[in-house]
Amino acid sequence: MIELLKRLLRTPQGAVGLVLVILVFIVVIFGPLLAPRDPEAMSILARYKGPSANFLLGTDQYGRDILSRLLIGARSTVTMAVFATLAGTFAGAFIGTVSAFLGGRADEIIMRTIDAIMAIPNLLFALLIVNLLGSSSINALVAVAVAFAPGMARITRSVALAVRKQDYVSAAIARGESSSYIILREMLPNVVAPIVVETTIRVSFAVMLFATLSFLGLGAQPPATEWGLMVSEARQYMHISAGILIWPSLAIAIVAIGFNLLGDGLRDALNPRTGG
Amino acid sequence: MIVYTLFIVSLVVFAITQVLPADAAVMMLGENATDQALEALRQQMGLNDPVWLQYLHWLGGVLHGDFGQSLRTGQPVGPAMLQALGRSLLIAVLSIALMLVLAIPLGVLAACRRGKLADMIVSLISYAGVSLPEFVTATLAVLFVADWAKLLPPTGYVPLTENFPDGLAHLVLPVCVVSIILIAHVSRMVRSELVDVLHTDYIRAARLKGLSTSRVLFGHALRNALLPTITVVALDVGYLLGGIIVVEEIFALPGIGRQLIIAIQTRDLPAIQAGVLLMAATYSIVNFVADILYAWLDKRIQYD
Repeated sequence: MIELLKRLLRTPQGAVGLVLVILVFIVVIFGPLLAPRDPEAMSILARYKGPSANFLLGTDQYGRDILSRLLIGARSTVTMAVFATLAGTFAGAFIGTVSAFLGGRADEIIMRTIDAIMAIPNLLFALLIVNLLGSSSINALVAVAVAFAPGMARITRSVALAVRKQDYVSAAIARGESSSYIILREMLPNVVAPIVVETTIRVSFAVMLFATLSFLGLGAQPPATEWGLMVSEARQYMHISAGILIWPSLAIAIVAIGFNLLGDGLRDALNPRTGG
Repeated sequence: MIVYTLFIVSLVVFAITQVLPADAAVMMLGENATDQALEALRQQMGLNDPVWLQYLHWLGGVLHGDFGQSLRTGQPVGPAMLQALGRSLLIAVLSIALMLVLAIPLGVLAACRRGKLADMIVSLISYAGVSLPEFVTATLAVLFVADWAKLLPPTGYVPLTENFPDGLAHLVLPVCVVSIILIAHVSRMVRSELVDVLHTDYIRAARLKGLSTSRVLFGHALRNALLPTITVVALDVGYLLGGIIVVEEIFALPGIGRQLIIAIQTRDLPAIQAGVLLMAATYSIVNFVADILYAWLDKRIQYD
């Protein structure tokens, strides 16, 4: 573990990504404590203000403090994205491993079906599911998880197929272990590393997908502090004050870049050929 | 393979739209319709039939090019969606063209200057590119380019056949926005493929033979590095279609993405079904063509 961390910090992507992601999680956990003002407090006199000592990032169309709203909004945006990605990963990893273990016709049918579902763009699939369940943050989480599962299943399967050919799996089969034992105890632990990399990178997609759903009015609902929703609301007022639009956009980009960099860094660190 | 894909997609779409809590008869006649009128319409539309029969009925229509009538407008869905798809494909093709023109040189530059300043700048650009969702770049583009600099029209659509220069001006921002993520992704792919290829034995052999650097790069390395890119670009079409949904919504372009958003918001079931099927069909056909192209360019691969 320490060894992995050392390798991770040696790559520029890994070091920057790790710092960004740690910062993001600090904001997620302590956001409400760090927020200088009440994110819901409106003030008619202080609308569309630029950055000042009182309002570090300025105020929005209702005179609410943008910094406070961003700090508190991190919870809805980032936490949701992480949980949606994890749920999608577990579902996909399970399907992929089972498919690789079963092999033969079952494997072929499962994978062809997954390929077929992947012909529906992720965003469209998520839109359909949210529409089915109704617009809310929790339903958006389910939608993103379901939309991610097929892709994760495909990646897990290709890794699991390589693992299945290993001698220790053949040994377990020869010992007469049950299928569930082999899948859960022998195969899953060994497909974890590539999946961790993929999951980390996908968190950044999930953040973007979430924000997009909220932007289209199908995720978080006003007056939530979700970042995509903030961008969506800011569009009407962007001619008066560009800050309302730019700060939440920047927040989304920073989180996405952080997870992207960390994922690439992890990939290098976990790869015995390129890692130090 | 395409047939199987579309069959599964049709099942998924039909299942999702079946579960949607929307009564087509109520939507067409309004909330105040009498029970008899609703019942008569349900009978006529086959809404009282078992689900599998409704599915077969719908599928039969689709196979004959009949996607049913829009619950919102009462017009046939198929022609409207196909026309919208045409407009979206124009954006898609222009975006892919722009992406190829920019992403390949950027990737080659980064691979040849590996670890140098140019490589780091390209890599920074691509990280920023993959980390900005389309709705953010689109909104910022409208603010900076259209509203502040007044270089291009902010939103709207003008058919190219009506007024070519004006129509083109309306397409510039949407195409740029959609292609940003593609450029970022593909330039990184080209870079990593080319870096791998440049370390192979046949490239070293070509160098040792005394060929010039440009001859090695363009005559030997690039061809092999670009082959896997075909597959990546084809898979990215799924992402591209998702991006087009957002961009059409923001720039008010009457393409299939905007049609789908309207259909989803108004629960216009036949329109949702037609739109999703057409998008999935586009994706499948592109990937099928890419597979054939790949096999044709790379003689080592043979498809049955």
